[in-house]
Amino acid sequence: MLLSYLLKRIGLFFLIVWIAATVNFFLPRISGQNPVQEKLQQQALMGGYMQAGLQEMVKEYEAKFGLDKPLWRQYLVYLGDMARLNFNYSISNYPRTVLEMMTEAIPWTIGLLSMTTILAFTLGTLLGALLAWPKTPHFLKWFFPPLILLHAIPYYLLGLVLIYLLAFQVKIFPIFGGYTAGTVPQLTLGFVGDIATHSVLPSLAIILVAIGGWALGMRAMMITTEGEDFMTFGEAKGLKNATLFMRYALRNALLPQTTSLALALGHIISGAVLVETVFAYPGIGTVLYHAIRESDHYLIQGIVFSVIVTLGIATLILDLIYPVLDPRITYRRA
Amino acid sequence: MASGSTQMPQALPAGEARSLVPDWVGSFLSYLRRNPTMVAGLLVLLGIFLFWTIGSLTVDIQRARPLSVRVMQPPQAGLPFGSDRAGRDLFACAIAGIPMTFRIGLIAGLLGVGIGTVLGFFSAYYGGAVDTVIRTIVDVGLTIPGLMILIIIATSFRGGLTVEQMALVVATLAWLNPTRTIRSQVLTLKQRAYVQVARLSGMGGPEIIFKELIPNLLSYLAAASVSAISAAILASIGLEALGLGPMDSPTLGMTIYWVIYYAALINGWWWWWAPPIAIISLLFIGLFLVSLGLDELANPRRRRAV
Repeated sequence: MLLSYLLKRIGLFFLIVWIAATVNFFLPRISGQNPVQEKLQQQALMGGYMQAGLQEMVKEYEAKFGLDKPLWRQYLVYLGDMARLNFNYSISNYPRTVLEMMTEAIPWTIGLLSMTTILAFTLGTLLGALLAWPKTPHFLKWFFPPLILLHAIPYYLLGLVLIYLLAFQVKIFPIFGGYTAGTVPQLTLGFVGDIATHSVLPSLAIILVAIGGWALGMRAMMITTEGEDFMTFGEAKGLKNATLFMRYALRNALLPQTTSLALALGHIISGAVLVETVFAYPGIGTVLYHAIRESDHYLIQGIVFSVIVTLGIATLILDLIYPVLDPRITYRRA
Repeated sequence: MASGSTQMPQALPAGEARSLVPDWVGSFLSYLRRNPTMVAGLLVLLGIFLFWTIGSLTVDIQRARPLSVRVMQPPQAGLPFGSDRAGRDLFACAIAGIPMTFRIGLIAGLLGVGIGTVLGFFSAYYGGAVDTVIRTIVDVGLTIPGLMILIIIATSFRGGLTVEQMALVVATLAWLNPTRTIRSQVLTLKQRAYVQVARLSGMGGPEIIFKELIPNLLSYLAAASVSAISAAILASIGLEALGLGPMDSPTLGMTIYWVIYYAALINGWWWWWAPPIAIISLLFIGLFLVSLGLDELANPRRRRAV
């Protein structure tokens, strides 16, 4: 039973990877784009005159990128390339490869995202649980409405407001970037501190928005759980308040939260891409923004593909550890 | 809560009162009294609507085009929201942008819910292989971050998009969530006794769907529509902020794009970014509160929870 579920779930992951690769390959071709020609023309226009022999150059580059072969051959080559994480050259930064540019950016994104998601999830879940608990001090309830309203706002818009308030008006935090421009990345205490201060505002933008959502979901789950018979039983047994809260209510209400976490990851990453853009944070989102501005199709496709695959892995892991958290879930029904 | 007016005997004869105000208006109003979340949301949306109405009566939206006023003017008489680097009247931009952004959300969201309803009903009611296929597509689709696919679709368009094309781009993924929620609702409704009774008394599939299931799902469909509209607006503004929107149209998201493009923030041009951010935020807050309110209506268990 377990094995068949495992295989099914892993199969779903590969299906996602395949779909991502296929969409990436066919969509731009359906619209009849010619990235090489577009880029060359764009450069020629910027140079102020149309170069003679542009078509020959296009042909030359197409042969280099393998764009002159029949579609099905290109598709197979493409799938093979994707499997080997070969995303081709970046068009706008030609000698550099897409993989190179992404490996530089990915640690920043993963750092920012994992930190903010874990913090927001923990704080929000705890807040939601406390809000539903009858013995919670009253002042906590005042946090709820503003956080709920913030939850409706996209991360990056809050990010813009935060930049204005805390970096432009009151100059507490740096305005943009992942570290002070001009410093050489190295492993010293000063540099780590520099990175930390630069990450405060982007993190704050994500956390402040996300907390409300987690709190809202957790609060509803806690209220449902509190109505269960085992809660009444625990209370009748005279269990300590803390035990009832932590081990009876919170533990049980936590499970659906984990499922929502798996579902929310896509939203979180879409939002984070834009937060990075707003803060010019050196992660994948900023690279994507510049790739779009310079219509660097290979870079865009590489980023889109790897984001989808990374997210696929993350949901796969969450799905696999879910039954560990909840012994009631067996793999049988899946 | 226990206000007297609902209990008060009506002074007018019932027939006369009904002719003035339709019955459902009364019950709607008395329902709203129990659902302050929805009232707050509707008021916010009404506020945006009033702002737009008054604005479109007082300003010529042609001034949302570049080079129609002097560039980079702070707010002043005649230019209540100032102007941007391209010489657009930003008040006119806001007034022209609100219906555009809303149209994108409405087209994409309603298309999404429409397709989602058909697929959800089909999938849940008939089951079998159709269900498996639709469920797998939705499961896979929801695991993929939508914005990424939308980026690939939007970059595939050569040249600029129009507002309607933008709506269609967003609609390509807007049906996934509605399909999922509606499918699961139909699955539970299908088991109810009254549906079984209808089937036993010889009703056919379509008749059951239209006469028994849909009327009972209306509040869910309303809630799904509001969330789909909100999600579509969110996606469209995200795409626009990344520079994949309709470049010639002053939608709210495109204004955000220009704000980022010209770094209006660190140049202190607050009048450029403050209004669109405020309007977008209020729009999302309004839609969110309405959807919370509708959730309460559709899901009475939550009635005390929110």
